[in-house]
Amino acid sequence: MNEFAAQHPILVVALPKIVVLLFVLLTALAYLTWFERKVVAHIQARWGPYRVGPHGLLQPLADGVKFLFKEDVTPAGADKFAYFLAPFLALSLAITSIAVIPFGPKEFSVFGQSTPLSITNLNIGLLVLFAITSMGVYGVVLAGWASNSKYPLLGGLRSSAQMVSYELALTMSVVGVILMAGTFNLSEIVNAQQGFHWGFVPRWNLIGSPMPQVLGFFLFFTSAIAETNRAPFDLAEAESELVAGFHTEYASFKFAMFFMAEYASMITVSCLATILFFGGWLSPFPQTPIWAWTHYIPAAVFAAAGLALIVHGVRYITMFGRVVLPAMGVALCGLGVLCGQPGVLDFVQGPFWFLLKITIFLFIYVWVRGTLPRFRYDQLMGFGWKLLLPLAIFNVVITSLAIVWTQR
Amino acid sequence: MTPQIAMFLVLAAVAVAGAVSLILQRHPIHSALSLITVMVALAGLYLLQGAEFVAAVQIIVYGGAIMVLFVFVIMLLNAGEEERTNMSRMARYVGVPLGVVFMIEIAYWIGSATLHLNAPASGVVSTRDLSNLLFREYVFPFELTSFLILIALLGALVLARREESE
Repeated sequence: MNEFAAQHPILVVALPKIVVLLFVLLTALAYLTWFERKVVAHIQARWGPYRVGPHGLLQPLADGVKFLFKEDVTPAGADKFAYFLAPFLALSLAITSIAVIPFGPKEFSVFGQSTPLSITNLNIGLLVLFAITSMGVYGVVLAGWASNSKYPLLGGLRSSAQMVSYELALTMSVVGVILMAGTFNLSEIVNAQQGFHWGFVPRWNLIGSPMPQVLGFFLFFTSAIAETNRAPFDLAEAESELVAGFHTEYASFKFAMFFMAEYASMITVSCLATILFFGGWLSPFPQTPIWAWTHYIPAAVFAAAGLALIVHGVRYITMFGRVVLPAMGVALCGLGVLCGQPGVLDFVQGPFWFLLKITIFLFIYVWVRGTLPRFRYDQLMGFGWKLLLPLAIFNVVITSLAIVWTQR
Repeated sequence: MTPQIAMFLVLAAVAVAGAVSLILQRHPIHSALSLITVMVALAGLYLLQGAEFVAAVQIIVYGGAIMVLFVFVIMLLNAGEEERTNMSRMARYVGVPLGVVFMIEIAYWIGSATLHLNAPASGVVSTRDLSNLLFREYVFPFELTSFLILIALLGALVLARREESE
């Protein structure tokens, strides 16, 4: 088997990695919709999905089945080719971008082949991400145009103008980080953020030296929300004005593909924000012996969550819930125990902190959506061009000056 | 056949097919889509030559920015399918012969050139090397080009404004 792996590294290592990551990502997408509905519901003092499975946990599955069995209508005047191409373009580009994200520092070996915790580790990882994002506009534009209907056309026009405008601010806002790291490679950008101020404050780029990228981070996250067409910048699909914007005429699974593309870009942006400004997989605690106990945090978190789930689950209303929830709790406890094992302990550090940071960003995404009202269109364009872009350029100038000053 | 040559042939075929389809398509949006295909295939060819940065920038600038603008304008003007007309006398007696001569010329030069399909000349060109070249050795031509683009931008702005005031 090892010889076979050495001869065909793509077949044995890369392909299974892609399959596993796709599986995890698509499941995460499905449950992100559940997460969003739950969080928004609680912000608005509602319960959210509750009926399909305990705490609505089977809701994504039910939604998926519903999407699959709905009638797939194509408008009579639609441009068939572009109409079919648009959702494929949107989803495939959104999913492709996850391929360059590194999830942890450790290499793991499959049949003697050592491989990093990402599908590829490119020297131009960040540029590839921006290239894919810039192509993502076409999904929206083509969908709006090909539907041959007025609301999608207006929605498509709006969002293409918006995405082109905010792409500038998005790209300019990360230049500070690139200047500080001196590379486009995402793993190296994370590694450049190692170390601590005064022994305990992590030197992540957000508060890094020589120039803290606080401004850069806020610019990045704001324009990224606009770039992914999420509230409060979701003018492409403003219900009150444009029905559902560019995907009004899409039904069934083609609509689901746009939906999934939006959530996949949310995950990518959260990964990118984590990598660029919050130290990626780096733990917030120093790696000195005094802080060695922090290595057990993943194990403790999983075990505590599992115990809470068991305690809560045995008193759940439905019989099904009283079986499923404690079972999930037991599985989480098992995961916690596994994370405490000596061999696994080091390996889970990177992925655990990375996933925790991503989850926090996803929560902020939903939080923002539940809190802020939508922009007016002229305000949106003015905000992007007159405030975000000049601030981003200012950030680049200040950061370069700080770097020149300290390296003199 | 090495993987490089196979990749080259595939990408070249896609680029040529996209270019032909760009001319033959009757709807402007389909033509724009074909042009995007050509751009992406070209980026793939650059990548094959080890020019990572150029490939990424090709997609970001041409595929992402400029072509989005094209598509945007086509959508905004709601351009319909173009009508096919017969060739004008000018095209028939001057354009076609010139085109044929040009084709023969290109075919001759390609035929007499020696092909180096195997490997990029000096491995992967890093972004650092490229920027050193751009901002140290060729900084004057580089700045001059950006100045030209700025002048073109200003010219467009002035033309647009004059129309508005009248």
